[in-house]
Amino acid sequence: MDFTNLIEGLAGFTVDGLTKGSIYALVALGYTLVYGVLRLINFAHSEVFMVGAWTVLGVYTAVGAHSGVGVWLAIGITLLAGLVAALVSAGTALVVERVAYRPLRNKNAPPLIVLITAIGCSLVLVEIFGHALRVFFGAPFGRSAVNIPTVVPTREVFTIGNFNMSNIDLIVILAAVGMMVALDLFVNKSRLGRGVRAVAQDPDTASLMGVNKNNVIMLVFIIGGVAAGLAALLHTMKYDFAKFDMGFLIGIKAFTAAVLGGIGNLRGALVGGLLLGVCEVYSSALISSNWEDVTAFVILVVVLMFRPTGILGESLGKARA
Amino acid sequence: MLLEVKDIVLNYGKIEALHGLSLEVGEGEVVSLIGANGAGKTSTMRAISGVRGVSSGQISFNGENVTNLRADQRMRKGLVLAPEGRGVFPGMTVVENLEMGAYTRRDRAAILSDFERVFELFPRLSERKKQVAGTMSGGEQQMLSIGRALMSRPKLLLLDEPSMGLAPMLIQQIFSIIREIAQQGTTILVVEQNAKQALTLADRAYVLETGNIVKTGKGSDLLTDTSIREAYLGVA
Ligand SMILES: Nc1ncnc2c1ncn2[C@@H]1O[C@H](COP(=O)(O)OP(=O)(O)OP(=O)(O)O)[C@@H](O)[C@H]1O
Ligand SMILES: [Mg+2]
Repeated sequence: MDFTNLIEGLAGFTVDGLTKGSIYALVALGYTLVYGVLRLINFAHSEVFMVGAWTVLGVYTAVGAHSGVGVWLAIGITLLAGLVAALVSAGTALVVERVAYRPLRNKNAPPLIVLITAIGCSLVLVEIFGHALRVFFGAPFGRSAVNIPTVVPTREVFTIGNFNMSNIDLIVILAAVGMMVALDLFVNKSRLGRGVRAVAQDPDTASLMGVNKNNVIMLVFIIGGVAAGLAALLHTMKYDFAKFDMGFLIGIKAFTAAVLGGIGNLRGALVGGLLLGVCEVYSSALISSNWEDVTAFVILVVVLMFRPTGILGESLGKARA
Repeated sequence: MLLEVKDIVLNYGKIEALHGLSLEVGEGEVVSLIGANGAGKTSTMRAISGVRGVSSGQISFNGENVTNLRADQRMRKGLVLAPEGRGVFPGMTVVENLEMGAYTRRDRAAILSDFERVFELFPRLSERKKQVAGTMSGGEQQMLSIGRALMSRPKLLLLDEPSMGLAPMLIQQIFSIIREIAQQGTTILVVEQNAKQALTLADRAYVLETGNIVKTGKGSDLLTDTSIREAYLGVA
C-alpha cells in the first residue's frame, strides 16, 4: 500500500476519479431510468454508449477534424459531434425498445425472456461494429481500437500547489453534473417528468390519469440514449479511441454505479458513479491499476451488505427530493 | 345514456369473472353497484375504465364505442376511475398527486380553481399539501384519490369502494362529500360493499352476484326490498 503516493497526489487522483465517475454516472442514468420504469436491466445500453463513440469518430472524419483547428472551430465541431452522437445513441436505444422490448411487453413475456433478449441485443450490436461493418466498409471497423483525433487539446486551466486542473477534466465533470441537474429538475418539476415518475410508481394508475405508458417508455429510452451519447463524446475527449467492445466494461461499471447509488434513483446514479470513479483511482494509486476493477465490485458488495437498496435507496418515484 | 355497458365478459386467464354484464348510467345520475366480496365489482370497474380488456361485449361512452380504447384514451374522454385501495402515488406529495389528476389539462387558471374546490371539499388535504402520500392514513389517501379524480373534471366519476377500510365516522363523511360532488353536477358510478350508504346515496342501483347482475332498481326501493335487506343490510 503506497499511502505517500496517494496523499501527495490526492487532488490529482480525486479529479481523475471524478472525471471517470462522471462518465459512469451519465451511462448509469440510462440503466436507472429504464429500470425505474420497466424493472428491466437494459443490457443493450452499454452498446448505445459504444455507438455514440463511433458516431463521434464519424463526425470528426466527415468534417476533417484535427488538433490544429482554431478554438472556436474546435468548440463547434465538438458540440456538433455531441449533438449527433446524442441523436444516434438515442435512436439506437429507441430502435432496441421498439424492435425488441415492446413486442415482448405486448405479449406479457416473463421478465427472464426480456432479460435474455436484452443480452442478445447487446451481442448483436457488438458484432455489428466488430464484424459486420468491416465486411461492408472495411477500415476503420474491426476488432482493434481505432484512434479518435483530438479536437480539443489538453491544457491546464488552473494550478493549485502541485496540482494542475486540465480543461478536459473540467469539461467532463461540468457537462456530466450539468446534465444530471437538468434531468433531475425535469423529472421532479415538470409535468412530463411527473408522468415518468407516475409510471415508475404505478403504471396502471398512471394510465388512469391519462398518461400514455408507451410514450413515457420511449421518452425514458431517449433520455438514457442522449446521456449515453454525451458520455461517449466526453469519453473520446478523455481517452480518444473507439472499439467494438468498449461498452462492455463501462456498461458493467455504470450498472454497478447505478446499483451502488440505488437503482431507479437518478441522484443515486450520480453519487454511485462519482464514488465508483474516485475509489477506482484511489485504489490504483494505493495498490496498482490491476486492482481497479476488483475494487469496483468489492465496494459494491460491501455497500450492498449494509444498504441492500443502495446508498440513496430505490426507485425513481419513491426516493424523491 | 352517458355510459352503456352491454354483455361484457371479462377473463383472468381461464377464470371468467364477468359473464355478460350489462348496465347503464344516465347523465347526471348517481348509480351504485353493490355486491359481496368477489362478486366482480372491481372487475366491472376495470373493464369500464379500460385497465383490463374485455373478451366480448361493448362499452359505449357518450355515444361512442370505447371498447377498444386504452385506459388513458378513455380517461381523456372524461371516464375517470378512482381505483380500489386508493392507488395514490406513494412517492408524490398531495399537491403532486392532485397535479397528476390534471395531467391531461392545460388550462392553468381553471386547474388552480379546481385545486381550491378540492381543498374545500377535503380540508384535511389542504393541511397536508406537502406530505408524501405514502405516509398518509388510509382515510386521507382515500380523500386524495377522490380529489385527484375530480382534478380531471370527469364527465363520469367511477368510485371503487370509497369507504373501504374507513371508520364509520369517516364513511359518513366520505359519502356526504360524494353527495356534494354529485350535487355539483358530476355523474357518478360508485361500487360499494357498504350497501346501506350506497343505496341511500344512489338514484338507481345494480346488485351484482358472482359476475351477473341479479337485481336493479331505484336506490330507495332496493333499500326496502326484503331479499336485499337480508343479504346485504344484515337485517332479517
Ligand atoms: N388479477 C386477478 N387474477 C385472477 N383472478 C382475479 C383477479 N382479480 C380478480 N379476480 C377474481 O375475479 C373475481 C371478481 O373479483 P373482483 O375483484 O372483481 O371482486 P369485487 O367484487 O371487487 O370484490 P371485493 O369486494 O373483495 O373488492 C374474484 O373471484 C377474484 O378472485
Ligand atoms: Mg373490489
